[in-house]
Amino acid sequence: MTKIELTVDGAAVSDDVEPRMLLVQYLRETLGKTGTVIGCDTSNCGACTVHLDGTSVKSCNVLAVQANGRTVTTIEGLADTAQGGLHPVQESFRECHGLQCGFCTPGMIMQAVDLLAENPDPSEEEVRLGMEGNLCRCTGYHNIVKSVLHAAGQSAGGARA
Amino acid sequence: MTATQERPGGEVDQDAAEIGKDRRRKEDQRLITGRTRWTDNITLPGMLHLAMVRSPFAHATITSIDVDAARSAPNVVGVFTGRDFGDELGVCINAWPITPEQKTPAHSPMPADRVAFAGEVVAVVVARSAAEARDAAELVDVEYEEQPAVVGIKKALEDSVLAHPDLGTNKSALWVFDSGEAGTGGDVDAAIEEARTNGILIEREYRQQRLIPAFMEPRSVVVDPTGEQITMWSATQIPHILRFALAATTGVPESKIRVVAPDVGGGFGGKLQTTPEEWIAWAVARRLAKPVKYTETRSESLMAAHHGRDQVQTLTLAADRDGRVTGLKVHLDADLGAYIAIVGGGVPVLGAFMFNAIYKFPSYRFECQTVLTNTTFTDAYRGAGRPEATYAVERLMDELAAEVGVDPLEIRERNWITHEEFPFTTVAGLEYDSGNYEAATARAKEVFGYDALRAEQRERRERGDRVQLGIGVSTFTEMCGLAPSRVLGSLDYGAGGWEHASVRMLATGTVEIVTGASAHGQGHETAFSQIVADRLGVPFEDVEVLHGDTQVAHKGLDTYGSRSLVVGGEALVRAVDKVVEKARHLAAHVLEANADDLDYAGGRFTVRGTDQGVAIQELATAAFAAHDYPEDMEPSLDADATFDPVNFNYPHGTHLCAMEVDTETGAVKMRKYTCCDDIGTIINPLIVAGQVHGGLVQGIAQALWEEAVHDESGTLVSGSFVDYLLPTAADTISFDVVHTDQPSICTTNSLGTKGVGEAGTIASTPAVVNAVVDAVRHLGVSDIQMPCTPERVWRAIHAGDGDASTASDAMPHFEAGALNQDPTAGEGAGL
Repeated sequence: MTKIELTVDGAAVSDDVEPRMLLVQYLRETLGKTGTVIGCDTSNCGACTVHLDGTSVKSCNVLAVQANGRTVTTIEGLADTAQGGLHPVQESFRECHGLQCGFCTPGMIMQAVDLLAENPDPSEEEVRLGMEGNLCRCTGYHNIVKSVLHAAGQSAGGARA
Repeated sequence: MTATQERPGGEVDQDAAEIGKDRRRKEDQRLITGRTRWTDNITLPGMLHLAMVRSPFAHATITSIDVDAARSAPNVVGVFTGRDFGDELGVCINAWPITPEQKTPAHSPMPADRVAFAGEVVAVVVARSAAEARDAAELVDVEYEEQPAVVGIKKALEDSVLAHPDLGTNKSALWVFDSGEAGTGGDVDAAIEEARTNGILIEREYRQQRLIPAFMEPRSVVVDPTGEQITMWSATQIPHILRFALAATTGVPESKIRVVAPDVGGGFGGKLQTTPEEWIAWAVARRLAKPVKYTETRSESLMAAHHGRDQVQTLTLAADRDGRVTGLKVHLDADLGAYIAIVGGGVPVLGAFMFNAIYKFPSYRFECQTVLTNTTFTDAYRGAGRPEATYAVERLMDELAAEVGVDPLEIRERNWITHEEFPFTTVAGLEYDSGNYEAATARAKEVFGYDALRAEQRERRERGDRVQLGIGVSTFTEMCGLAPSRVLGSLDYGAGGWEHASVRMLATGTVEIVTGASAHGQGHETAFSQIVADRLGVPFEDVEVLHGDTQVAHKGLDTYGSRSLVVGGEALVRAVDKVVEKARHLAAHVLEANADDLDYAGGRFTVRGTDQGVAIQELATAAFAAHDYPEDMEPSLDADATFDPVNFNYPHGTHLCAMEVDTETGAVKMRKYTCCDDIGTIINPLIVAGQVHGGLVQGIAQALWEEAVHDESGTLVSGSFVDYLLPTAADTISFDVVHTDQPSICTTNSLGTKGVGEAGTIASTPAVVNAVVDAVRHLGVSDIQMPCTPERVWRAIHAGDGDASTASDAMPHFEAGALNQDPTAGEGAGL
């Protein structure tokens, strides 16, 4: 067991973890942060995407011990949702119907937030390339792309409903 | 986009119309904030975790299983094999034996002696944590004696190697429909003979490759045997059917079983199943009297959750010289995999009614031979039988157009049912109630810019451009809204097709509605709230939609086959109407008026010609208090309704696709996709568009990317998302999704709606392949096998040099030894 101390969604946490424990397992099983989900075992799907020190990572691809001393933000800490607040990207996904079953959605939103932080005014193609590491089976990506463009505050271009 | 549709009945206050509004979804708040209840999120006190030990062999006898090492591993509570459970394990059921003679292999959730596909569970380890269970599963030592495996339809038909030796054959059932015999049309053989001498005969073999539904949420099940009822939470589309099947096969009374489908992350037919893993978790929980959880890995899901499609279609289309079809003969061979899953055998039969599509074929014969192989079992995947049929006929219509030398839309117009001809009884015996193929086609052509793209295509051909343009057409229809119970009975299906709804006015004036449909992404909570808001005249926000728990929704048949709105929505309408009639009686009493003198609009009863009135919320409170109500009524404003549809419904649409094909590399790229779907009344255009988008990409993926491949030993080669090519955002484009101004209203439900969940998937596959073939037809290509990988396209173009052969010698995109790719041959392509 290895002791780790980190900040998750604004709260300081400390636990003894097995060195092999994945960050996503730590979030879900130890902290009960079940908003972050697991969709595959080959790091293809991106459903488990969170922010590590402000940058998106697939949390199935990071060991919990690697997060020691760092800051993790999950979908549950993106905005003060307990007070009814939403991050603009969350708001956009609802506004543009960017989700159906919602399983990929936490990862999609976390990836989109990171993408827009790097490139606040992306083209449709840049959004598509930037979201390539996150799989969705429901939406055909049409409205996900539209949601990200909407959040960027630009018109949806070719992405017509 | 269509805003408000005209609805039959018309008595609802139009100012308050919720139907037709693009309401943002009620479901989304919890989903976008991570406040979700996936089955894997559930943790109960004392819960134990399961890990499955799966066979690496496709066909083997189990010689011995040594569980001692696993049993003594840290925190392991138990290890069980098939021998440890008797009847309490139950069996996996096939609810749809398609013929009385069907050969059905015995299907134990955890066989004790023999495995029939790679991935079948042979032992289960129970530990205090999921990680410890998985660690210990590695220690279970299973000895197998490998048996020859049969993989691929053509190999199965030879019967030289048997998937189940005890059955004596791999051929499970032959199901036949013949319009001459059924009296719904003429003799197809006569039509073929006539066409052979005096007309056009198109003979083709098409292959529906095997696909994997690949819902994003892996399957998960939690069983809690504590308390008076045993509760199962499962990531399933079918909680009610699951409950029934548990009762029917494990000896526990139905009344002692509660099944909950909490938030479910997609299904697409892939969670329309009663699974071995659910049965194993059930048995272990009961044996240990402790709550247990099992969540599959993605690798397990791809290997052991059911697959879809996998057919070889042998087709003969007869037509006169003008391209008017005189007959269609279809022989399907369908691979069921190792077992006949819940509706596995019936999936190709659903296609039997759709091969004639929107056309007035005068004669038709359909045969389906189902076969068993040592591969993952197959069952419903979005469209289930109808995409396969639509692909075949829409590809054939393009081939016919090429033969006659006319535009593909022209050949369709010569054959389709015109809008004046509805209702129309088809050669397959269905009555299409409404449709307007002319209007949908005209609108799609206009938005797509059909004529301009055709002009560009001609220019590029004349210039001999390296990148050629192809335009693909698909004018589809489907039968959905499963299903009239009597029809299902006539097809030997094991259940009905009705749906149930309850509506309860609560004392404070809000409304609870309960539906037997079980949403997993479709947006029922929003769309059903809109229906109730209009029909009952209460605010949208005041409606709470409950579903997916047999203790709450005591009656239902769940969600699949584009049925929730058209069957479940109609049940809801009828329950609402009953509540309104009860309320009318109470209102008359309260207002001291005659019930016949009351108008009801906007949630308020008024005495005609006066300003006297009472709101339904006030009546709900009055019924709750029950201080003053008529003697001939019960003090309640609630009602149940069960609706059994009298017919399927028949959405249709015209899909147009432009594909660019690089003739030097074979690479294909989608340039434009436009579809005009006519689905009758639209409740929520935002949700409808989402359903179409997602459906389109699943169909496009079959055309271009996805293929589940077992090698000759029966190992799934495409066993991860690295190898099974789910499309990404970078692979796809934005679509033009439009509707006609005057939709053809469904006449068999009062909302006028038709199903939309499967439409995009059914329609898009042939549109894309037709476009790819169209781009290179002038190079001698008349077919390219799916998925249209660059290699297959390149080989088709090169095979086309000088002769007009098809691309049937093009490679699968996995190695050549992959026998479930059987129509192909030749040297390997490599991964």
